[in-house]
Amino acid sequence: MTTQNAPASFYRTTEGLGVWPHKGKVAAVGIGHSPTARRWDGTPENTMGANSILALRRAIEDAGVSPDQIDGLVIDPVTTTGAHWDAGDPIPMDVVNYYNPTDDPLDGIAKLSCEWLLKNMPELTNVKFTMYGTGCMSHAIVVAAQAVGDGLTNTCLVLKSWHNLEGRYNQAGVSAAEDVSGSYAIGPGRTIWGPPGCFGTALQFAEYCRKYGKSHDMMAPFMANSRRNGLLFPEGYWAQHRPEQLTAEDYLAARWIAKPASLFDNDIPVMVSAAYLFATAERAKDMKQKPVYILNHASSRGTARSLTPTLDEIQAETGSTGRKIFEGAGITADDLSFENMYDGFALFHQFHIEGLGYRGMKFGDALDFYQTDISIEGPNPVLPSGGNIGSGRSRFWMHTDCIQQLQGRAGARSVTGVKPEIAVSGGPMPMGGNFTVWSASPD
Amino acid sequence: MVKQGVIPDDLTKPFWEAANEERLVIQNCTACNRLQHPPVATCRQCGSGDNLEWKGMSGRAKIYNYTVVYDTPIRMLQDNQPFNLAVVMLDEDPGIQMYSHLPGTPVDEVPVGASVEVIFEATANGQKVPEWRVAG
Ligand SMILES: [Zn+2]
Repeated sequence: MTTQNAPASFYRTTEGLGVWPHKGKVAAVGIGHSPTARRWDGTPENTMGANSILALRRAIEDAGVSPDQIDGLVIDPVTTTGAHWDAGDPIPMDVVNYYNPTDDPLDGIAKLSCEWLLKNMPELTNVKFTMYGTGCMSHAIVVAAQAVGDGLTNTCLVLKSWHNLEGRYNQAGVSAAEDVSGSYAIGPGRTIWGPPGCFGTALQFAEYCRKYGKSHDMMAPFMANSRRNGLLFPEGYWAQHRPEQLTAEDYLAARWIAKPASLFDNDIPVMVSAAYLFATAERAKDMKQKPVYILNHASSRGTARSLTPTLDEIQAETGSTGRKIFEGAGITADDLSFENMYDGFALFHQFHIEGLGYRGMKFGDALDFYQTDISIEGPNPVLPSGGNIGSGRSRFWMHTDCIQQLQGRAGARSVTGVKPEIAVSGGPMPMGGNFTVWSASPD
Repeated sequence: MVKQGVIPDDLTKPFWEAANEERLVIQNCTACNRLQHPPVATCRQCGSGDNLEWKGMSGRAKIYNYTVVYDTPIRMLQDNQPFNLAVVMLDEDPGIQMYSHLPGTPVDEVPVGASVEVIFEATANGQKVPEWRVAG
């Protein structure tokens, strides 16, 4: 079985498409997470592949279906947090052969194919549809939702896995080179000018603060809220390994990476996998958990004209993304019980929620909004999942949280100031991402 | 602050050759009369590669925005931290951006909006690269 990337026709990238034809006809039911770890410990039992299998099995069990009922598998084959297996690094054949390998020995260690998973999960006897949604869970979700809606699969697993290895990421390879190519030197990317990963977001945040008279300090309540929510997320990295609240003082004292972006504005790379079980609404009715219906998915494919997106470009794109999200779901911003937009740089979460017009906000309003009650107990929850800032670099906490909240099983993290009925999640970037609208009822 | 050496590739060779002659050139589509940077093989507006030229620029720009870098992944720059990393926009077309370390501008004292002029600095392998200095 050869797995392809989803075709362009799967994505809802423009405004004016009307309500999604499969609105309410696709549901998320089961959730499975692996434990988190800061890095791979080198053992075969704790590879990214092992985490993947564990997450998938847990999602199947959670949904209460038998593995032979699964007929679809959608994953992101790229699993790096930024840690790459350098060419020439020895390959641990004992780990490779602990599993049923594919032709690529790094499959299941530093990349992942559907083929590897199916070879190592013999209980999945009826998978007839596989597809890749590359980049993050947000991407895999829209691919799986469209595939189920289109009838290509009716009980489909969706998986995103991450591997993290020893060493600081992005420091080797071209970053350590004496000479680089002319195209690389010009940018965008790291370039010979040396921007860290958060540089673009830091720039946009700086322009935002200048334009609207805001400051980095105003992010502190958002950061504390995110860590608090993350510590209430038992699946998350900080809850499992470092249950420390982040105070405003900690945040304001953090070292700069690219001022105005500090250490805590960046998420922490971790090893973790999550899987969801999607099904047609019809099949989902008989499963063990309450179905959470997908009202729409929408994608952003914005591009900057030159090296780095300007605030004008960002706002044009996030505004358009908001309109796409609502149009296809047949809802307005007023219908959102809460939002779980991406935060894996903290300093761009406001672009996402201003684009949505969450709670009526306009461009430039979000940092003032952060000074009000944004907790899970209040009427205006911001990122109840805690996002990447609250639980580590997975880009999927916000999706798990939407599903759990609408199923009524978010535990200590449950929103109590609003009735959890409709929520939105997605990302990653304000200029490019994939977004999903979730609902407790199909219409 | 010496940057990594640059080895021109096919796409960017005219940009780097001009830099060695202390001229700034930017890719331009003559059909669309539109500049584009970074360079690509085809015009990002009309999609054609037939009408791309390298157009000489005045070497004047404005500082659009900046950050101060404290933690760069680039090994060769790490001893120079913290340093300014600005984006300038060309006077010919503010949609065209270039990076700059703003040599001569103290760290975190960047005059956003100020006029800058291009200069050319040698990188580690001698290839010259456009940089920008606040105009006197
Ligand atoms: Zn053209």
